[in-house]
Amino acid sequence: MTARRIVVISAGLSTPSSSRQLADRLLADSAGLLRERGVEVDAKVFELRDLAHDITNHLLMGFAPPKLEEALDAVASADGLIVVTPIFTTSYAGLFKSFIDVIDPQALTDLPVLIGATGGTPRHSLAIDYAIRPLFTYLHAIPVTTGVFAATGDWGGGGDGVRSLPDRIFRGATEFADLVERTDRSDMLSDPFALDRPMGHLLGGLAGE
Amino acid sequence: MQFGIFTVSDITQDPTTGRTPSEAERIQATLTIAKHAEEVGLDVFALGEHHNPPFWSSSPTTTLAYIAGQTSTLQLSTATTLITTNDPVKLAEDYAMLQHVSGGRADLMLGRGNTGPVYPWFGKDIRQGLPIAIESYELLHRLWREDVVDWEGKFRTPLQGFTATPRPLDGVPPFVWHGSIRTPEVAEQAAFYGDGFFANHIFWPATHTQRMIALYRQRFEHHGHGTAAQAIVGLGGQAFMRKNSQDAVNEFRPYFDNAPVYGHGPSMEEFTQQTPLTVGSPQQVIDRTLAYRDYVGDYQRQLWLMDHAGLPLKTVLEQLDLLGEEVVPVLRREFAKDRPADVPDAPTHASLVRAKYGDAAPRQATPNANRGDNLTLGSPYQDGPGAPVAASTGSAFGRAATRTAGAR
Repeated sequence: MTARRIVVISAGLSTPSSSRQLADRLLADSAGLLRERGVEVDAKVFELRDLAHDITNHLLMGFAPPKLEEALDAVASADGLIVVTPIFTTSYAGLFKSFIDVIDPQALTDLPVLIGATGGTPRHSLAIDYAIRPLFTYLHAIPVTTGVFAATGDWGGGGDGVRSLPDRIFRGATEFADLVERTDRSDMLSDPFALDRPMGHLLGGLAGE
Repeated sequence: MQFGIFTVSDITQDPTTGRTPSEAERIQATLTIAKHAEEVGLDVFALGEHHNPPFWSSSPTTTLAYIAGQTSTLQLSTATTLITTNDPVKLAEDYAMLQHVSGGRADLMLGRGNTGPVYPWFGKDIRQGLPIAIESYELLHRLWREDVVDWEGKFRTPLQGFTATPRPLDGVPPFVWHGSIRTPEVAEQAAFYGDGFFANHIFWPATHTQRMIALYRQRFEHHGHGTAAQAIVGLGGQAFMRKNSQDAVNEFRPYFDNAPVYGHGPSMEEFTQQTPLTVGSPQQVIDRTLAYRDYVGDYQRQLWLMDHAGLPLKTVLEQLDLLGEEVVPVLRREFAKDRPADVPDAPTHASLVRAKYGDAAPRQATPNANRGDNLTLGSPYQDGPGAPVAASTGSAFGRAATRTAGAR
């Protein structure tokens, strides 16, 4: 069996960023679970901060500069996607949405997704379910039911004392690893330049092809 | 190999002076540019089509017909003709007319058009762009090849016994290129009909162009029009030149930074690296263009975008001088080297007539009088299949005219 490809997208803007920190922990638990089950993991991490100009240029020009293209190709050919965005003004960061907007609408079909988000207070935690999850269901990806929200307090002593952040990360990672283990998505890639409909089909069967 | 220029007909403020030319001024400037293209030895002038300001070229055949009258060798083409929002019946008529008045110097490049609001203005839906393009071209193709067409489709009124007039010059339809940036179905469409494929090339990385051309070539061979290497390929390009490359960079930068399409986006350095845009010396343009062959193979037509983004007429004419005097002669020589003998040139009217008739005289369509009997007699033309010889009498103008015609 070939290695499972996991792509991690972090939309945190500061350095260091708590979104990146959460992303790394989600990846560490997911990869750990998969390796325990004998599944090789090939992980790539992209910080959208590094791609911000390229994303804007893509929005304006319609094509991806090389660095962004590498990220888009990685996402399209992944077996699993971990995304983490800060919550700004009740929703995902604008840069995160801009990145989603330059992904080919077919590129995420059947892709297992683990959603994480960060914010100042736990009162933003439902943003995962009302804002981020619909993006991925619209794109026919498969977001796992547990989304992991990390508020500022979760990183210190002020977090949820019953379901701690590490517990929630582990639960999300388990659901995600279950799907990634089973998918054969990266073996079934389609070429965006491939011709799915030859002329006979385009003409309604006239050419008998 | 053919070399030429294409224009999108934008009317853009000159960012260095703040001045915007009027429609009248830009239209006259474009006529001057087209004539100058012939003067400096270029082969092709291709004109875009737009139906919204700040563009002026809503009626390409009118403009091209005038240019045809002012030139003698220039091949007139389009970049592109909208196969989605134009009625294919009117396209068949307009471009056959242009063929006649230009003495066979017309071809056209079809495109779908990517300006969303244009579609509803012409009663069409952009989401149906590709199906419309497929259906409309199938009809256009037939209208130029069959004297009488019965047709029914989804996107226009059915036709019963319709004849597009005038018939194509010498019975040979204008050559058609299909333009696309990244739609594999358009490459397939071009290959299916044995038509040319023109890769826009200028807004996208070379790897995309390479893959589209490869698909077109492979399908051209599949559909039995020749080998993949014999497929008819055109490429866009974009350049700004001065003798010293740094002068070109300095002079073009404000135009680049404010250009309608890519202005306020990537830097000029990024864009020149990622797309074919070349800003520098004529030698740099030569080197860049020669390298296209490495990833698309030997090809037939190279067009450059030279007159956009508010560049003043004087500058554009200087660019054409550099293109005609320094760049194209070298490219002609270099592209001819190692070019396999069985790779054809871009089809012209003369080559298409020769291919169809050999040494025989080409068809000169001569109508019968029209009595609405296209179907019963087989053809409204005297040489049509099944047309009785005696049926060449009759007239659209009543019995007296019938007698005159009969006496002829």
